[in-house]
Amino acid sequence: MATFKEFRNNVKPNWCPGCGDFSIQAAIQRAAANVGLEPEQLAVISGIGCSGRISGYINAYGLHGIHGRALPIAQGVKLANRELTVIASGGDGDGFAIGMGHTVHAIRRNLNITYIVMDNQIYGLTKGQTSPRSAEGFKTKSTPEGSIESTLSPLEIAMSAGATFVAQSFSSDLKGLTSLIEQGIKHEGFSLINVFSPCVTFNKINTYDWFKENIVSLEQFPDYDPSDRVTAMNKIMETNGMLTGLIYQNTTRKSYEDMITGFKPEGLAKQELAISEEQFNQLVAEFK
Amino acid sequence: MISQLSWKIGGQQGEGVESTDRIFSTALNRLGYYLYGYRHFSSRIKGGHTNNKIRISTKPIRAISDDLDILVAFDQESIDLNAHELRKGGVIVADAKFGPTVPEGIDARLFAVPITKMAEELGTSLMKNMVASGASWALLGLPLEVFNKAVEEEFGRKGPAIVEKNIEAVKSGAEFVLEQAGGPLDEFKLDEADGKQKLFMIGNEAIGLGSIAAGCRLMSAYPITPASEIMEYLIKKLPKFGGTVVQTEDEIAAVTMAIGANYAGVRTMTASAGPGLSLMMEAIGLAGMTETPLVIVNTQRGGPSTGLPTKQEQSDLNAMVYGTHGEIPKVVIAPASIEDCFYDMIEAFNVSEQYQVPVIVMTDLQLSLGKQSCEPLDYSKVQISRGKLVTEPPALEGPELFKRYEFTEDGISPRVLPGEKGGLHHVTGVEHDEVGRPSENAVNRQLMMDKRLNKLNNLSIREAIRVDAQGETPDLLIIGMGSTGGTIDAAREMLAQDGVSSNHVTVRQIHPFPADALAPYLEKAKKVVVIENNATAQLAGQIKMYAGFSEKIESLLKYDGNPFLPLEVYKACKELS
Repeated sequence: MATFKEFRNNVKPNWCPGCGDFSIQAAIQRAAANVGLEPEQLAVISGIGCSGRISGYINAYGLHGIHGRALPIAQGVKLANRELTVIASGGDGDGFAIGMGHTVHAIRRNLNITYIVMDNQIYGLTKGQTSPRSAEGFKTKSTPEGSIESTLSPLEIAMSAGATFVAQSFSSDLKGLTSLIEQGIKHEGFSLINVFSPCVTFNKINTYDWFKENIVSLEQFPDYDPSDRVTAMNKIMETNGMLTGLIYQNTTRKSYEDMITGFKPEGLAKQELAISEEQFNQLVAEFK
Repeated sequence: MISQLSWKIGGQQGEGVESTDRIFSTALNRLGYYLYGYRHFSSRIKGGHTNNKIRISTKPIRAISDDLDILVAFDQESIDLNAHELRKGGVIVADAKFGPTVPEGIDARLFAVPITKMAEELGTSLMKNMVASGASWALLGLPLEVFNKAVEEEFGRKGPAIVEKNIEAVKSGAEFVLEQAGGPLDEFKLDEADGKQKLFMIGNEAIGLGSIAAGCRLMSAYPITPASEIMEYLIKKLPKFGGTVVQTEDEIAAVTMAIGANYAGVRTMTASAGPGLSLMMEAIGLAGMTETPLVIVNTQRGGPSTGLPTKQEQSDLNAMVYGTHGEIPKVVIAPASIEDCFYDMIEAFNVSEQYQVPVIVMTDLQLSLGKQSCEPLDYSKVQISRGKLVTEPPALEGPELFKRYEFTEDGISPRVLPGEKGGLHHVTGVEHDEVGRPSENAVNRQLMMDKRLNKLNNLSIREAIRVDAQGETPDLLIIGMGSTGGTIDAAREMLAQDGVSSNHVTVRQIHPFPADALAPYLEKAKKVVVIENNATAQLAGQIKMYAGFSEKIESLLKYDGNPFLPLEVYKACKELS
């Protein structure tokens, strides 16, 4: 069985020292090993941005695609070979700005993939512009007088889109994050894990210290029931989206793959391409 | 006895025009006639004039006729809008309900048949289509049993009572019109057909069928006119082969999902029209850069923007050839017949895997939606080739990765699918090295660009150009693409009668442009006419750019939303010759 070290490669990330993304990379590697995967059984599909590079930093199959489209690519991979474990990953700009449409519909569709958003509330790779996750009044290069748009709540959106697994974590909490990723991988359906990942270069507001002060861990509520949708929604709103832990999980809804008529458990990519002459003749007969 | 005639049915959209046409032409197909259909419709569901025209012939035909023999009209508007097409002495079969009149100056025989009344007497006005097609059939003097059999098949699943009612409706229409006309009309007596079983389908269905035969098991797509029938066909059929269709949230998701699935090893396609293709361009670049196979069908319609969504045009050529930023290898194929639609899909999937490139199959609305006779499709010609796909590669040593982008003589590298133990590598749209890791190294960059762009140097698809030559040095060389071929051939027959000789070249491989194959024909022709449904002579542009001979190339363009008619092509070519 592979250890987390086998999910490491020799590529040096181009992230700034202290970037939250390093821990997320480590958590994915640990979670993959902990759930018993071999590197070739994992495909990490990422978007564009600092965080989008993550697929290149994990020793597994990986596709670093185009901005905002990690999710449809990841869903295509999963549909083609459902035997693979598929993790999609990218930043808050990738998933909640340019790719928001895909995020909502991937949630609705509920394919069995795990989506890890590395949420730093800012655009890093383009050197510091506002993100949909930036707080109102947040000053950036593109909002010199402070953002005048409201902050997007991915957790509320996920809940209202019919998510079956919603979790949030903080990059400093490697143990908690690793555990959530493991649970996400094991969840039979779409799992969204939003991870606060401080940008040490361009975000001087949402810092490690700021998160430590503002995060509300679900560990504080021993009676919390993540299967209750209304409670989950209330808790998200009560904490202004700063909640961490497994917020909601619906284990009764089947995954998309399991609901497709005639879809086999064996990966589609492994199935026969050719059709028989008899099958061909049947198809043609319809046009006579 | 005649060898061909034209029939048209018109009415309000949603009123049964489609179903009347379907049942009438299915029965004709059973008798072995060659058929070629044209749908005139608007971008709405109910209401608004719509008409379907079919040409019926004892010989192969691939063009709409210039005129019309029989017009079936559900309302006066259909008469007013279409009667001018009727040849002298043509026939109008109209619903007596609206008190039909023949417009002034039109020499036509009118049969007012109580279509709605008869249908209602049988229980529902929905059976108007049966009464109308029964009347048409009777005027042609064709055997009623064949027609009734088609009715049985259309309604069989709804039970014998429904079949019975519909046959009754056919009979009432037939009897009424025969009494009025005093029997079948002699001038519409068709020669017997060859009786050979043909297929009767639209291009989009042939594309769907071809895709399944090619091993396509996934389609991700977003609905759009005139591409949706491909998706609808595959939604019905793919589950039987273990596959599925995903209706995505937009065309960007459709194409990127297809890229993901192709990367993971399933032959996956998407289909759309101009607006969707515009949205897909960035992703097509990703497929080109990552050397991921991808097949996209573009069923061209009138552009730009929303343009003429239900009308004929061939104006996406330049967009398909040049549409992505940066430079990638890409193949654009334009099927020119219903049979091409089938065989080209097999070729498209093979080429996309053999060369690891995106392939765009570019039809046009008339080819995609015009229902027509199709020669029997040959199962033995379906060959699947996956190119340099490696299974079970040897184990990797230490941190070593699989050279997915290895420099090779032909530029094509071994490809491995996720899941293979010895195949780990990275894939990125960023410039990369042989194992897929991002690289900004200048030497590597040039080598990688050359590797990708040279992959297609030797590509030549089946019949990159299709030639129908009457002679070595014809007066005219007529060049076209897509659905215009049949019209060009009909015009050539007329030209030949005037003593004008012509050769016909259909360009099927649009990109990379087959200049070498085309050049000898350009050279030998006295004059060249390029015929295309767009305003800026895009195909002619490619020919001039890659093959030359600009001085003798003329263009015949039509961009009013309608396909070319044989007479138009004939007259223009005559003038130029």
